[in-house]
Amino acid sequence: MSKRTDSNGYTMIFAIVMVLIVGSLLAFLASSLKPRIKENERIEKQQNILYAMGVNENDESSANFVSTTVAGEEFAKYIKKQIVIEGDKISESDDAYLIDVKKEQANAKAGKVRKLPLFVGEKDGKIFYVAPIRGKGLWDAIWGYVSMDENMVVQGAYFDHKGETPGLGANIKQRYFMDDFIGEHLMSTSGDFKGITVAKGNNDPKNEDKTDYEVDAIAGATITGDGVSAMIKADLALYVPYFKSLKNK
Amino acid sequence: MGLLSKKDAALLTDPLADNNPITIQVLGICSALAITAELKASIVMAVSVMFVLGLGNVVISLMRNIIPSKIRIIVQLIVVATLVIIVDLVLKAFQYELSKTLSVFVGLIITNCIIMGRFEAFALGNKPWRSFLDGIGNAVGYGVILIIVGFFRELLGSGTLLGFKVLGDPIEKTGLYAIGYENNGFMLLSPMALIVVGIIIWIQRSKNKALIEEN
Repeated sequence: MSKRTDSNGYTMIFAIVMVLIVGSLLAFLASSLKPRIKENERIEKQQNILYAMGVNENDESSANFVSTTVAGEEFAKYIKKQIVIEGDKISESDDAYLIDVKKEQANAKAGKVRKLPLFVGEKDGKIFYVAPIRGKGLWDAIWGYVSMDENMVVQGAYFDHKGETPGLGANIKQRYFMDDFIGEHLMSTSGDFKGITVAKGNNDPKNEDKTDYEVDAIAGATITGDGVSAMIKADLALYVPYFKSLKNK
Repeated sequence: MGLLSKKDAALLTDPLADNNPITIQVLGICSALAITAELKASIVMAVSVMFVLGLGNVVISLMRNIIPSKIRIIVQLIVVATLVIIVDLVLKAFQYELSKTLSVFVGLIITNCIIMGRFEAFALGNKPWRSFLDGIGNAVGYGVILIIVGFFRELLGSGTLLGFKVLGDPIEKTGLYAIGYENNGFMLLSPMALIVVGIIIWIQRSKNKALIEEN
């Protein structure tokens, strides 16, 4: 190899050219693929919401969404109303499911009023209220959708994560974990909001007691589990006034 | 092998046993600890690394005569990061479901020491075809260990393999659990991955005494 490649000038030029090539290649790819990626994310949100209210293609043990090609149709068919709760103001919007929960949480922190989307679905004559939640796991963001009846009893849950450890924290999106939430009560009989805690050694691994406000934790995923408990407590508590107002109607 | 000369074939087979990146060179341990709690994750990681290492080795090898030696590590890092990000973006646009499974591994692939190690030790000084074989060989050697560790950790830790309950149901007490067998939750934690790797190293060296270092 010639000495040419060792000179400072060559090194500088090489670095600059490489950065330009790599940078423009990635920028080009990212911007040309963006519409497709956005569209995929939009469909996924619809699938998530439908999943939480029991519109899915689950087989015996694995969690499966309705297929991407029919997600839009099914969403229109099952979701009757999309509500946006903004302080005392309640409005309807067909794009409520596109509200970015992360942004709204940041708004709330900055002292602004947070927009709370709530999706009212109907399946087999039963009404479901689906709310999005978002929080922190061990490595990165975790989020999900919880569907409830008018008494805030959980009817279904879907969780997802950005970067939890495969085999451990990542298992929050497994059926055996998500299904544990079904039937759990969020409110005590006296009307206090209790949330649901992901608890270790809660003496109820079969999850038969639905009013203990606990589900069994995943071994090796303590912090992710705590994150799930925390986001359920923090985000679903915000909907309590709305559910109370439903009863007074 | 008719297709490969003896020397080329050695590039593929050496890393499988006597020059294994994990058990002999002790590289790539970080990801071996992190993601082997499940067999499926181990397999996904093994395939991803094979792809990135095979391709990355070729790219670095093609560039080997123009890379300035002073910044070669940075150049290698950029090549692997670019490759991984391109794959991630394309999957997100066209294979969204698959990308959701893989996205967790993206960061782990970029920081995998085996990839940097092979770029530095092999691709910088060899022709593309040989570099490609070396990359595939090392990725397979890495993947084999990952899959062995994943197999034992999932089996003993959760009583499942690829999600199937092969030992019975721990909650309903069927199969092995009916006679008092319990899952070892410790197997799911990273320290046990290190111990399993240690046992593999032990077995390998007791079979091939030439591998034992003198000191």
